[in-house]
Formats: sequence, C-alpha cells, structure tokens
Amino acid sequence: MKPRTRALAGAVLLSLIPLVGQAQTLRIGLAEDPDMLDPTMARTFVGRIVFSALCDKLIDVDEKLNYVPQLATSYQWSADGKALTMKLRSDVTFHDGEKFDAAAVKFNIERHKTMQGSNRSGELRPVTSVDVIDPTTVRLNLSAPFTPLLASLADRAGMMVSPKAAQNSTNFASAPVCSGPFKFVERVAQDRIVFEKYAGYWNKAAIHFDRVVYTPIPDATVRLANLRSGQLDFIERVASSDIAKLATEPRFKVSKITEIGYQGITINLGKSDKAQANPLGRDNRVREAFELSLDRQGIVQVVMDGEAVAGNQWVPPSSSFYTKSNPVPQRDIAKAKALLKEAGVPNPSFTLMTPTTSDAQKIAQVVQAMAKEAGFDVKIQSTEFATSLNLADKGDFDAYVLAWSGRADPDGNVYSFLACKQPLNYSGYCKPEVDALLNEARSKQTVADRLKAYEQVNKFAQNDNPILYLYHRNWLWAYNAKLTGVREVPDGLPRLAGLKLN
Amino acid sequence: MFAFFIRRLVTVLPTLVFVSMLIFGLQQLLPGDPAQILAGEDQNPELIAQLREKMHLDKPLPVQYGHWMGGVLQGDLGESARTGQPVLELILQKLPVTVQLAFMSMLIALLISIPAGIVSAVKRGSVWDHSATVFGLAGLSMPNFWLGILMILFFSVELGWLPASGYVSPFENLGANLAAMIMPAIVLGTGIAAVLMRHTRSSMLQVLATDYVRTARAKGLRERVVVGKHALRNALTPVITLAALELGTLLSGAVLTEQVFTIPGFGKLIIDAVFNRDYAVVQGVVLVTATAYILLNLLADMAYFVFNPRLRH
Repeated sequence: MKPRTRALAGAVLLSLIPLVGQAQTLRIGLAEDPDMLDPTMARTFVGRIVFSALCDKLIDVDEKLNYVPQLATSYQWSADGKALTMKLRSDVTFHDGEKFDAAAVKFNIERHKTMQGSNRSGELRPVTSVDVIDPTTVRLNLSAPFTPLLASLADRAGMMVSPKAAQNSTNFASAPVCSGPFKFVERVAQDRIVFEKYAGYWNKAAIHFDRVVYTPIPDATVRLANLRSGQLDFIERVASSDIAKLATEPRFKVSKITEIGYQGITINLGKSDKAQANPLGRDNRVREAFELSLDRQGIVQVVMDGEAVAGNQWVPPSSSFYTKSNPVPQRDIAKAKALLKEAGVPNPSFTLMTPTTSDAQKIAQVVQAMAKEAGFDVKIQSTEFATSLNLADKGDFDAYVLAWSGRADPDGNVYSFLACKQPLNYSGYCKPEVDALLNEARSKQTVADRLKAYEQVNKFAQNDNPILYLYHRNWLWAYNAKLTGVREVPDGLPRLAGLKLN
Repeated sequence: MFAFFIRRLVTVLPTLVFVSMLIFGLQQLLPGDPAQILAGEDQNPELIAQLREKMHLDKPLPVQYGHWMGGVLQGDLGESARTGQPVLELILQKLPVTVQLAFMSMLIALLISIPAGIVSAVKRGSVWDHSATVFGLAGLSMPNFWLGILMILFFSVELGWLPASGYVSPFENLGANLAAMIMPAIVLGTGIAAVLMRHTRSSMLQVLATDYVRTARAKGLRERVVVGKHALRNALTPVITLAALELGTLLSGAVLTEQVFTIPGFGKLIIDAVFNRDYAVVQGVVLVTATAYILLNLLADMAYFVFNPRLRH
C-alpha cells in the first residue's frame, strides 16, 4: 500500500472507532466470564475480582494477609472463642440508599446460611446465630471456636447485600445491590460488566474513576493485544511467557504476587480400592521416591517460566504458617532408586490424570520426564476438568494434577484436603491424629499456637505424602504505566480504592 | 412447488423433536456432574445434593426431558445454572451478534468466491486460475484463530486502526460496530470463500462443457451472456446448497473466531456452557441453531426453483 493510501485508509477506519477511553473509565480485562453476581451464590475466582468493586466486606486482608477493617471497624473474640463481636461503620449505605447496620449483617449471614443453593453455607456452618446488640454492634455465636471464620468474612461470606433489594428481587444476581465503591449498571454475558461510581460511598475520596468496565477475554495473547492497543488499562493473569518482553516496555507495568494457593499432585491413598492396586497408593516409600525424583525448581522454570515459587506445603514458604523445619527437598535420584528397590518395585507404573489446561499439561509432561529417570513409568491421562473432578470424587485415578486457588487462612488450604471424609479429600487420607491436630489449629487464635499444631500435621503429611505440593504461582498483572495505587494483595484480587490514572 | 414446500415443512417438526431428544440424550453421556461443577471449589456435599434436586438431576431421564420440553412448549427454555440468566434472554442477546457476523462473513465469502470461481473456470489454466487456486488453498489451510491473532497484532496493535475486540451494537454506534466486526468477518469469510470458489469453479467447468452451452455459443451469443446467463444459473445449484450449509454452520457460532475477537455470539456461549455442564443453555442454543439450520436448508431447496426453472415442473 502506498503511504498516502495507507494514511487515507487509516483515517477512514479511525473515524469508525467511537471516542472511547475517557480518562474516568477503568477498563479491566478478565481471563474468564464471572458466574452469578450474588455473593451468596458465587463460586469463581474471577467473580471475586468483580466483587471487589461492587460489594464491600466486613473485613479485608492487606498485602501481608493481616485482617483490616472495611465495613466493620473492629472485632473481638470472646474468651472461650465461641462468639465474635464486631463494631460496624455507621456511615454506610447500600446502592439503593438503604442503611447498612447490624440488622443488615444478621440478614446477610442468615441469607448466606439458609438460601437454597448457597455456596457460603459450608463456610458459615460453625455460626449458630447472630445477635443484633445495637445498630453498630453485631455478635456471631459459634458452636465451637473457629478462627478461620475471619478469612470467610474477609471474602464472599463477609459481603453484604441490601436486605430490601434481596427480599424484593426474584433474580438478584442480574441486578445486585451492595455497598461497594461502584454500583451495577449492566451485564452482557461473555461481553462486558459495567459499574458506575456510587456517589454515597463511605470512602469516596479514594475512588478516582467514574466507571469501571470488565471485559472477559479468555485468550491471554488477545488480552495482552487489547492492553497494547490501548483498549484496556489493566489485565489479570498475563501468560508467564509474555512477562520478560513486557518488562522491557516502558508503557506498561507488571505486578507479580505469589498466590496463597498451590499447584500439586494428589495421590489416591484410600479413596477407592484402586489405591491399594497401585504401589504408589500402597507404599509410602514409593511416594517418597516419586517426590525425590522431582526437581521443583526445574518444574517452575519449564512450566511457569520461573513465575512461581517452589513449595512443599499447603502455604507458600513466605507464609507465617509455613513449617520451616520441613524445607523444600532437593532432587535425589540415587535415593529415589534406593527407596524403590527397598520397596521391591524398581519400575512402578501409574497414571497421572491432568485437566486440559496448558499449565497442568505441562506439569504432567515435566513430571513424567523427571520421574522416568528414577525408574517411574508415568502415563498421562488428559481429562477435561468437569470429568476429572467427577473421576477424582469417585476415586477413579492413581494421581491427579490439581490446583487450589487458596484461602487467606491456612485452614482453607488444608482441612478439607487432609481431614477424614472431607469433600476435597480426593486422596482418601484419614488419620484420627491428623483430624485432632487440624481441629486444634482451628480453635486456637494466635499464629504461634496454630503453627505448633500445623507443624505436627506437616510431619504426618511429609511421611504419608497424600498430596505433593509443587509450587505457588505468581498472579501476573499488566497495566498502563500511568496507573498508580495498585495494591498487590496475595489473594490476587485488584483493589480499586486508591487506583488512579495519571 | 407448493406441494413440495408443504411436504418439506411437515418434516421439520419431527426433525426438531428428534434433534431435541438427541441433544438431551447426548448430553447425558458427557461425563461429569453439573451439580459438582456448580458447587465451586469447595464441593460442599449438602450443596451438591441441593443443586441436584433443584435441577431435577435426581429424577429419571424421561422425567427430566419432560420437564424441559414442557417449558420449551411454553416458551421457557429454563435458566443458566451458571449465571442465573434466563436462557431465552441469553439467546436473544447473542442471536443478533451471531446473525450479523454470519451474514457479513457470507457476504464477503460470496463477493470473493463467485467472481473468482467464474474467472478461474472460464480462463482455465491462466494466471488468474492459478492465483485463485493458491488463494483457495491458503484460505482453506490457514487456521482461523491464527489468522485472527495476526490481524489483531497488525491492524490493532501495530497500526492502531481497528479495535482488537469488544462488540458494540449497531443501534448504538454503527461505525464502531462495523469496525469491531470487520476483522472476524474477513477471517471467517475468506475461509468459506476458498471452499465456495473451488465448487463454483468445478461446477462451472462441468456446465461449460455441456451441449446447451455449445448451442448457445453456436447461436452467436456473446460470451458474457453465455457464461453469465446460461451457464452460471445452472452452475450455482450445488454452490447454493453448500453456501446454505456454511451459513448454517456460521449461525451455530464460530467458536474460535469469537474467542479470539471476543465477539459475544453463540460460539462462546455454547462452549462455556458445555465446559460448565450448563445443560439448559446447551439445549436451548442447539435447539435454536438446529431450527435455523433446517430452515436454511428449506430456503436453499426453494432457491433451486428460482435459479433452475426445470425443477419447477
């Protein structure tokens, strides 16, 4: 094309583009389309990203995972740990103008607990009743001491919706009414979710955008192309392979935040009869050999381009709940071979089930190659996620590559996975001693007391290896370099308060 | 022709019933449990049991089918288990997008393929013919998502001429709508153009070798009239069938292209629904696209009558 023709064509095409990008709109690219925009029903990680603009929570977590005030200004446990009293802000209104108070908290907790199809009922099971003491004081009564409740209240179980709107609406998720910095405008499934600034927000001085538009773009390359072409200001879950190049482009900034979840391999020890049929499930020496055959640092390099932290526990090494006496083991092929010889199975064979996501597939391939050097014959079975979940639940697998998005309290990363008969205990692991320790950790309040219990759980987990924890991913964000005030909280949810486009 | 039309119309209803049963049955063969997927990461067993009950998954299959069909007959396609939105509303949101993309793509495909097919048949063995063949092969073998990403990188990121994605309704802003739709329509259109062009060419070659064309030429008619009026109308019959089938495919959603350009059409809707075992959405979309497919085939059959007078008798 001649330069003049090209310029002309460009001008014509440009005239077709509407005047987008008024400075007050924040445009965020999401990796998936969220599910229901109702905190009681919601279940996806991506949904939580959107909620951080729409629904305030009783408490929040900060960059170091400390609990900080949001709708509640303070909280206090009773001496027996069976009651949590919270003082509430008095200047908060919902998007429909209704006042937020202790009665609204009671309504919301009860809604979370009793509504049909609620995804929160499990998290709030220890809460037996809610007392309204006065308009700004509320007390949650528990059946037994349960410290991890705070983590739930810092997530969707702590999100408060307008009782009036919830009672009057037949389909609340289609027009949610909360008390966050932005209120709902419209949603077109798989296309966009639009919010506008709520003028009555209690912390409005910290909000610098008039509108926020979320666009789900599943393909990471396309998401990045949209950021590069200036159609988005912020994208989440950047592909790790794009980070090195992005870091050299001054127009953009990158945030890397180590997640609170993990990526690991769950081994069937007793979920079904299949466990005993395989040396991996039968003999803990074989599992130890399997672990020793793996080079976690190598896995992080190959699978994640180095954008993850190698780990061997349900919390990352940086966590205050990490058992320091059990550091990430080094690869030791000779010892692995010796263990297999001792177990009488120099060449054990098993099937590694993996969801079809590219990360999980890469893990399976790298693990297969590494374990082979110690004598393992790993067969990879790629299975679409919904199917793999079903097979895992039935115990129809030997080993399963599974990621967990993580919870702010370590209990959320371990209890359901290692305590007997819990829903996420796909390994079928069951030891009364471990259950007792996990319950103890739930009931204690100080980090030191809880860590003591977790250290002992760790000894069991290290010996029995029901789950091989491999690494903790980095949440990777890329955004316009003019955007300031980005807070890197390990739960991977961008906070909009304080964000500003200069 | 009228009797034929009625006969065809009568077969539509049983076909649709059969399709609805087929999609309902096939879906049950999918491994995985919708209640499990809906229960989220935590997999709370009480919630899973509640959801099974709510979605009638605890009932026998014929009862489940009855529930669904009963709703469909009253115009209620159920609601999405994932987002809680009514399926009909979702379909109505996506339908205009998919229809626009399908017709724009088909228009591009026809504008390229028919002239190219004619030229390469008439000037067989010429440079034109060979270039058209090369174009056809390229169009056929280039994966849509790859061409899509290349176009985004070139026109959006490098030149900044077109938006990389983001659908705008034509009623809101026609210019912005066309700017968002032109790249996906070109990607889809060129792929189909390649197929249609090859068929136009071979069909045209066959017709040009027939006796009546020779007769027309012997009568001294101009070549333009021979090709354009006498040969083309006959040659188009198989091309129409093919174009209708391709249009039907386009209307059922272009999964990869929609994914790349973030066009909120049927393709994205159905793929997400399948992965989330959102049965009501899958069934609703398939029912609508199957109806469109059947009706388009009917229209194609009727188009034969228009283009080929011999069939009228």
